[in-house]
Amino acid sequence: MNQHWNILVVDDEEIMRESMAAWLREDGYTVDAVVSGREALDKARESNYAIYFIDLKMPGGIDGIETMMEIRKLHPDASVIIITAYATVDTAITAMKEGAQEYIVKPCNPEEISLLVSRIIKVKNLQRENVILRKKLSRQYSFHDIISKNPKMHDIFTLIHEVSSLKSTVLIGGESGTGKELIARAIHFSGDRAGRPFITVSCAALAETLLESELFGHEKGSFTGASSQKKGKFEMANGGTIFLDEIGDISSKLQMDLLRVLQERKFYRVGGVQELEVDVRVIAATHRDLLQAVQEGRFRDDLYYRLNVITIHLPSLRDRREDIPLLAKHFIERLSHELSKNVQEISEGGLKLLMDYDWPGNVRELENALERAIVTCRSTILSEEDFQFLGKAKNGKKEWSLPAHVTLDELEKQVIVATIERTHGNIKEAASILGIDRSTLYDRIKRYNIPR
Amino acid sequence: MPSIAIVALGVVEEDALATLELSVWETFGFEIQRLPPQENPEFAFDEERRQYSSEKILRSLLKEVRSDTVKLLGVTPVDMFIPMLSFVFGQAQLHGKVAAISLARLRQEFYGLEPNRGVFLHRTAKEAIHELGHTWGLTHCRDRSCPMALATNLQQLDRKTDELCTSCSIMLRETVRSLHRSGYRS
Repeated sequence: MNQHWNILVVDDEEIMRESMAAWLREDGYTVDAVVSGREALDKARESNYAIYFIDLKMPGGIDGIETMMEIRKLHPDASVIIITAYATVDTAITAMKEGAQEYIVKPCNPEEISLLVSRIIKVKNLQRENVILRKKLSRQYSFHDIISKNPKMHDIFTLIHEVSSLKSTVLIGGESGTGKELIARAIHFSGDRAGRPFITVSCAALAETLLESELFGHEKGSFTGASSQKKGKFEMANGGTIFLDEIGDISSKLQMDLLRVLQERKFYRVGGVQELEVDVRVIAATHRDLLQAVQEGRFRDDLYYRLNVITIHLPSLRDRREDIPLLAKHFIERLSHELSKNVQEISEGGLKLLMDYDWPGNVRELENALERAIVTCRSTILSEEDFQFLGKAKNGKKEWSLPAHVTLDELEKQVIVATIERTHGNIKEAASILGIDRSTLYDRIKRYNIPR
Repeated sequence: MPSIAIVALGVVEEDALATLELSVWETFGFEIQRLPPQENPEFAFDEERRQYSSEKILRSLLKEVRSDTVKLLGVTPVDMFIPMLSFVFGQAQLHGKVAAISLARLRQEFYGLEPNRGVFLHRTAKEAIHELGHTWGLTHCRDRSCPMALATNLQQLDRKTDELCTSCSIMLRETVRSLHRSGYRS
């Protein structure tokens, strides 16, 4: 058990240093011993020690307390025990004030030191256990990087398990930013195609001709710029899965081509004459209402039914608000590390703000908001102030949207009423905002019978 | 013949040496070789502490190691210390060749109590096994009845038996086997 913990002994006196290290090694600890504060700092940068025994007085360079302070900057959780031959109340107080866990006077009773070390290690074991349990707990809410304790999401996880090894096409629906690609990846990587390629194509990002070439590949000279033969994504995904994102945005020609692939698993490269056959599982996703698109004749019904074999609809983040604290914690841990910031948590006020917000951009928007807040945060805790940029669009509703079915006069009246309200009845200011002179504003107030 | 050598550093009673030799032989399975007794280790005496440095004693013992010496245990009546601690019952080189035990604090008389020969001899045997165990790479055992358990006072020492626990026995057996395979080169 003790072998998991490393100890560093820092003492300029060789016999003291080596005998102490030997004694601790007999107790099963992995012990390093160095002669100076500077060497101790070098060691502390290389490795993480559970306990540092540091001699208070060391000649030249930095003394024991300075060494301890520097080490605590590198490893705030490390336990430091200051050792000295001559105890004075002053030095004891200084050492403890600066963060020493204990202060011992040599020579000390073997029992004292043994109890001290075992007490510290006991606490460290409990802390380690705590971290493991927390991780275990968070894994309960995590499925292939998708974090949720929402019952609907858990039903989705179960469905993913059930369908992951089937070849059936899956259609994933849900608003932008709900994690459709993550679901597609989870299906692929939890099924028997996990070791095969997972290829993503964003259908909305490319023009029709480019998308066709992207999906099916092209032969050399098939169009201007096709200087060599190129494999398409379907070929690249052979044996694995192709994820067609924003499938609702593809042209009717591509809808037909895709239908053929889905029916026969065969296709031609652009400009090619050889029919190619592939074994590919198709997972498609869209934020649009495909059924409505079918009804309006914008999407082929036969393709829709081919795609819609297994349907997964992802709830929006506002329909699973209980996940916001879990997601926030997850993103803070990950982003703080990636951005090299020391942000560790979020205040109650900050979390309430996130819980109250409507997140029209869903989990992706939450992640972006946390990234922006972490970048600008100057403490270790994110607070309400760090999310001020969300306030402007609070509840995700636009402050103003273009109304339809109103006359121009009615629109003008609404704008004038809103501006006067905003300026608390200050006509001069309202006229200035509206870009008209005061007399014109009075004229309109009179015309529309606006109360003041 | 590879053997564990025992050397008295100062005046050590014959029954103490004989008892520990028997226990060491039973535990480690090597022949015991008694070396000629030496004087008290005055070279290790520390004027300020009025005790003997176990480090210096171990260094001196290293010079006594011969090619057929598997391990060497020094037994001394004097009180030993390391700079950090007020005393040590014994000290050893972890994975090394030499170990030393001090009999001073194993006697009831040291604490102003009535002498008890049986208790003293038993302590001597356990301490010899403990320190020699370190030379075989065994570290402190969590089983309080195992002689490899850490003892910083007599209560802890008296709670121990002179028989290694199962896990320490297995570890020792493995180490001894690998030593046999290496032809006793450490």
